[in-house]
Amino acid sequence: METSPEIDVVKSPPFYRDERILRNIAQVVSAVLVIGLVVWAALNFFQAADARGLSLGFGFLDSPAGFPISDAAIDYDTSMPFSRAFLVGLISTLRVSVLGIIFATILGILIALAYLSPNWLLSKLALAFVEFHRNIPLLVLLFLWYFTVFREMPAVENATVLPGPIYLSQRGVYFTWPRLTESGTIFGVSIIAAILLAAVVNARLRRFRDLTGRGEWILPATLGILVAIPVLGWILSGGNPIRWDVPFLDGLNLRGGLRLSAEFMGLFVGLTLYTAAFISEVVRSGIQAVSRGQFEAAGALGLKTLQTLNLVVMPQALRVIIPPLISQYLNLTKNSSLALAIGYQDLFAIGKITINQAGRAVPVFILIMGTYLALSLITSAVLNWYNSRIQFVLH
Amino acid sequence: MAVQSQTGSIVRPPPDPPGPLKWLRDNLFGSWLNSILTIFSGALLYFVLSGSLRWAVTQADWTPVTNFTLLYAVGQYPREEIWRVGAGLALIALMTGLSWGRWGRALSGIGLSMVVGFMVLAVLPAPGQITPAIRIFLAATAGLVGLGYWLGRQSWLPSSALGIGWSVTPVIALVLLAGFKQLSWLASVSTTAWGGLIVTFILSAGGILLSFPIGVALALGRRSTLPVVRLFSTIFIETVRGVPLITILFMFSFILGLFLPADARLDRLIRALLAMTLFSAAYMAENVRGGLQAISPGQIEASRAIGMSSTQTMIFIVLPQALRAVIPSIAGQFISLFKDTTLVVIVGINDLLGIGRSIINSDPAFIQHDLEVYLFVSLVYWVLSYLMSRASRRLETRLGVGVR
Amino acid sequence: MSHKRLLNLLLLVVLALVAAACQTTEEPEASSADILARVLDRGRVVCGGRTDLVGFGYLDENGRNIGFDIDLCRAVAAALFNDPEAVEIVPITAADRGPSIQNAEVDLLTRNVTWTSSRDAQWGNFTIITFYDGQGFMVPADSGIETLDDLEGARVCVTSGTTTETNLATFYSSRGWELIDPFVSEETATVYSTYESGACDATTSDMSQLAAIRSGFANPDDHVILAQTISKEPLTAAVPHGDDVWFDVVKLVLFGLINAEEYGVTQANVEQMKSSGDPRIANLLGAGADWGYSDLGLEADAIANAIAAVGNYGEIYDRYLGPDGIAFTLPRNFNELWINGGLIYAPDLK
Repeated sequence: METSPEIDVVKSPPFYRDERILRNIAQVVSAVLVIGLVVWAALNFFQAADARGLSLGFGFLDSPAGFPISDAAIDYDTSMPFSRAFLVGLISTLRVSVLGIIFATILGILIALAYLSPNWLLSKLALAFVEFHRNIPLLVLLFLWYFTVFREMPAVENATVLPGPIYLSQRGVYFTWPRLTESGTIFGVSIIAAILLAAVVNARLRRFRDLTGRGEWILPATLGILVAIPVLGWILSGGNPIRWDVPFLDGLNLRGGLRLSAEFMGLFVGLTLYTAAFISEVVRSGIQAVSRGQFEAAGALGLKTLQTLNLVVMPQALRVIIPPLISQYLNLTKNSSLALAIGYQDLFAIGKITINQAGRAVPVFILIMGTYLALSLITSAVLNWYNSRIQFVLH
Repeated sequence: MAVQSQTGSIVRPPPDPPGPLKWLRDNLFGSWLNSILTIFSGALLYFVLSGSLRWAVTQADWTPVTNFTLLYAVGQYPREEIWRVGAGLALIALMTGLSWGRWGRALSGIGLSMVVGFMVLAVLPAPGQITPAIRIFLAATAGLVGLGYWLGRQSWLPSSALGIGWSVTPVIALVLLAGFKQLSWLASVSTTAWGGLIVTFILSAGGILLSFPIGVALALGRRSTLPVVRLFSTIFIETVRGVPLITILFMFSFILGLFLPADARLDRLIRALLAMTLFSAAYMAENVRGGLQAISPGQIEASRAIGMSSTQTMIFIVLPQALRAVIPSIAGQFISLFKDTTLVVIVGINDLLGIGRSIINSDPAFIQHDLEVYLFVSLVYWVLSYLMSRASRRLETRLGVGVR
Repeated sequence: MSHKRLLNLLLLVVLALVAAACQTTEEPEASSADILARVLDRGRVVCGGRTDLVGFGYLDENGRNIGFDIDLCRAVAAALFNDPEAVEIVPITAADRGPSIQNAEVDLLTRNVTWTSSRDAQWGNFTIITFYDGQGFMVPADSGIETLDDLEGARVCVTSGTTTETNLATFYSSRGWELIDPFVSEETATVYSTYESGACDATTSDMSQLAAIRSGFANPDDHVILAQTISKEPLTAAVPHGDDVWFDVVKLVLFGLINAEEYGVTQANVEQMKSSGDPRIANLLGAGADWGYSDLGLEADAIANAIAAVGNYGEIYDRYLGPDGIAFTLPRNFNELWINGGLIYAPDLK
């Protein structure tokens, strides 16, 4: 009986053509290569560390930092340990990032709307703003903002006073700021309660609208809660829950009020405007991605402009906008590390000083990179969750 | 919009008589809200422009810019060897001209600006620095772009010549710049003497070219069915994307040495280039992955059905389509890398911004005029990246990417 | 173009770039134990310097690296190769000073480094004190601050990441004062422009730097530098650990420059001085007894070449910082020769 050629095919192929074996070999080889590289680097490092007496531990974090930090958000002086200095840096990074994200988003949306507006001049101005910021390195922009605007402010004793009063000086911007008085706690609580309650009621009513199409109560109910509960809190706290902390000139210094340093303002404004330019592009393309027919159909149904935006355009645009927006937020957070160049002492700047002072480059670097990585992962996890919710609701 | 103008069957009402008044009414003063916006924007524009102009004319002192033009361009590159920079530039000018002639519109912006730019530089008054020889050379380079354009239009020139030309150009340029220790007429010039725009270009072009293969490999790795490969690729990509570029640059500049054998030494510029490359590779990988995901499964099934192996499918079917789809995003990445090269200043490499800072610090009197230097540097970056982004947008239209 | 060819071309570009990159990497060099051998083999001295500190290490209009520190490097190159251009100057940031000589990435660090014991122990061998500096304060002339005692409560502008910053903190805490909201920046230019614009009541740095910065202000007379210092800042040139001969070569060349000033040997008269009857001068210039050059592997006229190239210590100082210096003017004070009441003093070469 002769063997048919098919049987040869069925026979298992030689090992060098067997995909399963090849796959395993490929995995082992890549694992060996990567792990080998890591081990090789580690061995080199231990050798170098040994030769130069470098220490790897994190014990130095408990010894006094010894260097001053300007504009620390929490209590800090030079006798406090390195770990405290790190915390100061982390808070500074978070402060500028969170504020930057909020303002860049608002500004980005406004610029996108300006660009799409029928007003020719406004649209061109928005375009100019975006093109200006998109094509210049952020580092150069930060230098420009810091040097031309915030460094050029008048000295403290002849600070420019804006209504408020807000003082503009080289040492920073001093805002008149509301602070709660002793009896104001109830008022503070009432505001938080009002916001929470309003959010819950608003969400409920929206769901009700989606089910029944009746949405006329959403706005009055939400606003009502937002006004009524704080008014109640105001009355309960005896009528003076707020003290206005007004900055005043005391000798060579401005005291009181909320002070934002010139370095913070330089970084914050530069970073916000730069990111706003990118966010406006994201928003614009998101809105433009909604087809014209949708606008026309909404118009044909008798929806007003705001209703069209709110009920038809935004829900669709958001699906396009959110993913690139997430990466813009992450970029802003990472870009805040350029603070170093204009003297705002964020996480990276303080890490770099620590390396110079304590000489422990590797542990400090692990700490810095780990912190940024954690920040990025947490931010993207939260936003991705929000994104998946949005996409889910709409499908 | 293009879509509307093509619907020829729609009968339009007769247009209003055109005129500047009508344009004003339609675009600026259509409603009271519109008018307020116009007045507000106009006032803003006026204050910004008049303020800047007044400063530029009355207060600014541009000496730190005009007296150091060559320094901004080539840094400390030895002045007697400057012809080598020129030769490299001429080669790139010729190649740009050729490509403009052959590939057309996408490059017309860059080509034209090169011609105009070189001509302007050739006649610009800049005392001391730009010798007549350099002026003549700049004018000749503008001519080279034109010559290249003419050559590129000729049908006898094979397109492959362009490809070969572009692949050897960076090598020739680098060899010219670096030189050889043994050659007296092409003596070795250490990278510590390279500076200014040269370094900016080398870091951005080198970073994008080198990161391309790594990025493709990482993208394939992340989509691989092998768990180990996928894991490593994902860890690398996410780690690099999760930290600021400045930390990576810093690590490569100051800590990398500890992880290499005691005697191994890497050139500083190459360390910075490595950092830029690895950083860029992670982003490149995500771009390419986007392209890979856009390939319909039908393509893969079809190629498997005609008997191609999975490797063949990847090389001949999937990658070519995926890469074509991501060319615009790679162009975008190139522009952002170009801007990101400024960060090497922080690790002590004198790129364009670094030279600017060195100039500010070269004379106590210049510290007053740092703003002029920073403005000049931003102008250079702005013009270059604006031209590149325009070219990439045209490329996008030409390739028909993103058209639904 | 077909996709295949496109891919091939890209591959070619990459390979070519890698090849080119390899070409530019430095050739494998001897380990840090034989720096002198490495220097002689290379034919160039690689110095760590600066491009952004006026007077000490900065760029002229042609991009040539010049300054007090850079000339010290050129002197060593001239002593070895009779060519002050046989140098390669790598810009070194403050954070990179230690690693650059720990890794022997540079042969010689001629960039302002304050000599401290821990740096000496960790970084490399510190040769001689090339410049005596001290940390001082500059204040606006009309501020009413006249001595250090008046600095309480002042806002100070300071550069971060250097000993300047810790000295400031130590000074304030030693007096029991609180350091109120100092302005801290990495960027020297930022620190001083911030100070000049009036955002700080005082700025602090090494006296040399304060003098440089003051001379660049629009109205230098509106600012005064307080006479007292709060620290000793002995600036030094450093070499990597591990090659004692190289350490000696650098040290003795620097001593030679100082002695030359003491004996009146200048860039202009160095050739005539070779035939001087003074045995100290003859020794120094290689016309007399062997001062040790043969043991170090140097030519007899090594110091003479160095002086011919950059001048003696005083000439280098005056070129940049003297009354007609091209950078700015800084009185020599401690940096005057010992015979003139300063601290600059060198063993004889004999």
